[in-house]
Formats: sequence, structure tokens, C-alpha cells
Amino acid sequence: MAYKWGMAVDLDKCTGCEACVAACHAENNIPTVGAQQAARGRAMHWIRVERYYEGDFPDVRVKFRPVLCQQCDNAPCEAVCPTYAAHKNEDGLNAQVYNRCIGTRYCANACTYNVRFFNFFNPEWPKPLHLQLNPDVSIREVGVMEKCTFCVQRIKAAKIAARAEERGMVDGALQPACAQACPTSALIFGDLNDPNSRVARLSRSTRGSKLLEDLGAEPKITYLDKQPWHEADTYQARG
Amino acid sequence: MDRTTSKPIADDLIRPLFQTSIWFYAIVLATGTVVACGAAAWGYQIWNGIGVSGKRWPTFWALYLTNFVFWIGISHAGTLISAILRLVNAGWRRPVTRCAEVITVFALSIGAMFPIIHLGRPWLAFWMFPYPSDREIWPNFRSPLAWDFFAINTYLTGSLLFLLLPMIPDFALVRDRSTGLRRRIYGALALGWRGTTKEWNRLESAMQIMAIAILPVAVSVHTIVSFDFSMANVPMWHSTIFGPYFVAGAIFSGIAALILAMAALRKTLGLEKYLLPLHFDNLGKLLLLMAILWGYFVFNERLTVWYGNEPHEMAVFWATQRGAYAPLYWTMVVCNFVVPLAILSNPYTRTITGTAIASFGVVIGMWLERFLIVVPSLTHKQLPYSWGTYQATPVELTIMAATFAGMILLYTLFAKFVPIISIWELKAGLPSRLDPAALAEAALLATRLDTEEFSPDSSSTQGEHR
Repeated sequence: MAYKWGMAVDLDKCTGCEACVAACHAENNIPTVGAQQAARGRAMHWIRVERYYEGDFPDVRVKFRPVLCQQCDNAPCEAVCPTYAAHKNEDGLNAQVYNRCIGTRYCANACTYNVRFFNFFNPEWPKPLHLQLNPDVSIREVGVMEKCTFCVQRIKAAKIAARAEERGMVDGALQPACAQACPTSALIFGDLNDPNSRVARLSRSTRGSKLLEDLGAEPKITYLDKQPWHEADTYQARG
Repeated sequence: MDRTTSKPIADDLIRPLFQTSIWFYAIVLATGTVVACGAAAWGYQIWNGIGVSGKRWPTFWALYLTNFVFWIGISHAGTLISAILRLVNAGWRRPVTRCAEVITVFALSIGAMFPIIHLGRPWLAFWMFPYPSDREIWPNFRSPLAWDFFAINTYLTGSLLFLLLPMIPDFALVRDRSTGLRRRIYGALALGWRGTTKEWNRLESAMQIMAIAILPVAVSVHTIVSFDFSMANVPMWHSTIFGPYFVAGAIFSGIAALILAMAALRKTLGLEKYLLPLHFDNLGKLLLLMAILWGYFVFNERLTVWYGNEPHEMAVFWATQRGAYAPLYWTMVVCNFVVPLAILSNPYTRTITGTAIASFGVVIGMWLERFLIVVPSLTHKQLPYSWGTYQATPVELTIMAATFAGMILLYTLFAKFVPIISIWELKAGLPSRLDPAALAEAALLATRLDTEEFSPDSSSTQGEHR
């Protein structure tokens, strides 16, 4: 692999503003399902900000954890897809080929992070949002799975531009929509194959840990936090 | 074989083909209406999207997959039980085998529909076929769903052959007794059967081969269905016990379905002389054995999870044991274990009615078991933030009801057009004066039966005078 795209999420910086969620929706033509469907659990946020509350009122501390596709090296979603819709691409990304998907939804069950989403209906946008669709991203029809792509359209464009100018990729020049929108720069994106890239350096940080690392999916997203996360705490702290 | 005794058997068992009661039309109309509603509901779902069902994030599999596993389980009634009984040459099997084999073929066809109903884009289901296409891509053979596809197709083909082969001599019998169009249709189905010794020998050896071949297929098909769950790293799915647990549960629910079908046939077609208390007693004992085996598996599964005390699994464990799913869980335990044990371990309650009640409980309990495997695990995956719920919608329930009605409809139609009890096998089981083994078997049976119920057709001396 020439590139190995990864991300570091600095939980000490995250304010839980959800600008990443809005930016992701706009960039990737993610349908807004409406209040009624959202209440039924059909909301599609490729990145979500999980909230956990620690302590008793009034001494409460809120923790935020943005969760998006972890782009696992050993991805459980890929093996189970009967049509190769979920597969590993040449940059180590978990690609989702919408046209191959027949909608078994097995990938979503196998994904331990619950970051895969299903088009329960054909996509719709309330006016005038339908006028701002991104022409670089295909619209997904009813019955297919979708998920975070690390803004693969931007990666593709950046690689083409780099090749045209006969240069390598510049660290930090390429950002997915969520990282670009983050006001506190809590999301840092880059090439893990380049040991000097910011994301590679942060991924080696002593503050770093991976989500559900012991399950062996080898996620490419590192969470940075002064206080280590204890998964068991989240059971009590579930908001 | 004694000709004088075999004629009334043939008369009795062919009669439903030539005489149609008003009940036949009533059942066909009633179940046909429900099936039509189900078809309409499915059409509505295809038109609008899977969103009309109750599935949501993260409960992406629910009622359809429950019914898939349930019906594939029911399909183990037939072929497996009938193959085992054939191989051990259990004499009492003869009136039971065909009722059982038909359940397999129909339940399997219904069960195999559910993965397609459940697809987001069912019109592309044919992509599961490995065929050279302009997409230049094979199915992913690493996916348990691809294994499923091949396992179910193999089992369906095998059990269809297993059902059709012993029907040939009976088709010939109907052909010889009918005229006109009916004669031509059954003539075609009988494939030119003349009843020569050579043909009988070939049929017998074909049945032996099929009976042996179908056993590993039947075991593997439900193991592979269990792999759909156990291969995924989902709490309480990822378990090595699932293969045998699913197979045991499948045979369990299969026997229950068979007992219910036999009890219904006995009443509606007047087969009291052929489906004897002995059959229900024997199948009841088999059901009792499977209930104990099922309880053993559940105990193992639950105990190891509880003792292991792994937090992700414990979340599912407590949700089913005393949380939101507890009412369903304990109903399942009562239906699958308490009721069958109470009724079937007592010879006085192991009657036709008793076994039918226990079987009804088991069918409900096994459906709940499938539901409790599929849903609580998905609603309680590793990250507590993304725990979810599930609520079935009318569309799902209508489609589900339609499959139950569809089973009754198919079974009724089958019993109308094909002798539901294998006439030639029953005749072959009659005691012959030339065969001491058969006489001994009959004598043994007679000692265990009410003589009145047993004698009219099975005794070679009385048959003539009926």
C-alpha cells in the first residue's frame, strides 16, 4: 500500500459541537431522514458524537467521543459481504461499492462499532438542501448500505493533482470534511505510512488508544485522551 | 404382500384425491386470502423500501431472519427424521415418512424466501449465483451468506428428490385408477412406472442412497444457518455451540411440526386407521428426548456466558434473563422445556391430544428462541451508546402470517393431489406369510396397541372381511 489513511481523534480537544456531523452530511450527500424516521432509529450520521456523563449532579463531567468508520485493517464487515460490496481498496480503506450492494445488512451486524448505515428509503432532502448536493459523490438508492469513506473523493482528487504536478502528497493538505470543519482541530487526518506525518506521530502518543482494540479488528483511528477510557465505565456512564 | 389386504388401504388413502369436501375449499380460500395479503405486503415493501419494516439502526436483522431460521428449522422435520427412520428400518415409520418429507420441501421453500424478502434490493438476489457475468465478479465465498445459499439449494434439491422418488409408485397407482385428463397428468408424473422387479429394486437402492446422502446435508444446512450468526463477532452470537444447538433445535421444532401436521391430517382426512396412537407415542418420546437435549444446550450456553462474565455478553444475557426480553425468554423456557417434559414424560398424557398440545408449545417456543437469538444480541452490541430497540410493524407481521397460512395452503393442496401416506410403503410393511421377520414385527406392534385400532388393515386375515 502506497498510502495508509488514518486519523487521530483528540478527545481532550473535542467540544461535542457536532460541526463534523453537519460537514459530513453536506460533503457526502447523506440524506436527512426527518424527525419521524430519526426517532425510529433511521438517522444516518457517518460520524456521530457519543456523549458520556461521569459523576453525580452537580459534579458532572461530560465526555465526548466522535465515532466514525474505523477503517479497520482486519475489518469484520468485509469478509461477510456476499457480493464484495464491502472490500479493502488499494489505500487500505474499507470501500463500499454501492452498486454491488444487495442489502443483506450483514456488514452492519458484523461491524462492532455500528458505523454502517442503511438506506431504508430512497434518499430525500428538505428544500433547499436538495440544491447543494456534492457532484463528486454518488447518491445511494434505497436498500444499500453506506458508511464513512474518509471522503474518498477528496483523496482521489488530491492524488490526481499530486500526480499531475509530479510531487508526493503534502501532509495536512488533504482533509476529510469532518476534520476540515472541526473548530478545535480535534480530528487529525493523514498517511500512517509516512512516519513523520502528524497523524502517525499522534498515533504513537502515550495518550493514544483504540476503540475496542482487544477485538482485533485493527482500527486505523487512534483516540487521544489524558485519562484512559475504560470500556466498562461506559456501561455506567451511558447517557 | 397380500393383495386382499392392500386394496382397502389404497381405497382409503386415494379417496381424498377423488372426493372433495367443503372444508377443502374453505381452507384454501381462507389461507389463500392471507397469502394474498402477504404478497401485497411484500409488494408494498419492495415499492417503498425495507423502511416499512421495523428494522432500524442497529437492529438490522429481525423478524425476517427469525422466520428464516425458524422455517429452515421446521424443514428438519421431514427428510432428516424420515431418513433416520428408514435407515434404522423402523417399521412404524411407514405412514409417517411422506407427511414429514412434504413438510421439509414446503418449509424449506418458505424459509428460503425470507433472505430474499429481507434484502434491501431483492431484485438483485440473483447476484448470489456464481455465474460469469459482465460484472466480472464472483460471489464472496468467504461470506456465510454465500455458504447458506449453496447449503439451502443442496438441501432443497436433495429433499425434493427424496420426496419425489417414493411418490412414483403411488402416482402410478392413481394413474391406473383414474380416467381422462387426470390419468394423463398422473401418467406423466409416474414416469412410465410399471412395477417390475427391476424398477422396485432400483427404487429401493435409490432411496437407500438418498437416505444416507441427505443426513449430512441436513445436519450441515442448519449448522451453516447458525454460522450466519456465530461467525460474526456479536455478543452471544459468537459461540461454538451454535452449530449443534441449531441442529438440535431444528429437529426439535421439526418433530413438533410433524406431530401437528399428522394430528390435523388424521382428523381432516379420516386417517384414524393409519396414523395410530403408536405413532404419536413414538414421536412424542422423540420430542421428549429433543426437549431434554434442547434444555441441555440452553443450559450450557447460558452457564458459560454467565460464568465467563464478559461485559459485552452479560449485557445481552441480562437483557434476556431479566430485562426487556425476559417475558419472551421465560415463555420460551416454559413452552420448550416445562410443558413438553410435563406432558410427554407421562405415558398417560402422551396421547394424541397431549403430544399435539406439547408440539404446539414447542413450535411457539422455538420461534421465540430464534427471535431471542437474532434480536437481543443486535440491540446490545459492544458499544453501549449504540444500543437499540426493535418493534415489528404490520407489514412484517402480515408477511409472517402469510407464510404460516402458505404452509397450511401448500400442505392442504398436496394432500388433495397426492396420497399423503405412502401407499406402497404401507403395503410393503404388511406382514407376509412368507416373511417371518415381518410377522414378528407385527406381533410386537400388536402387543403394544389397542387391538381394535391395529387390526382392521394390518392383520392379513381380517382384511378380506371388512
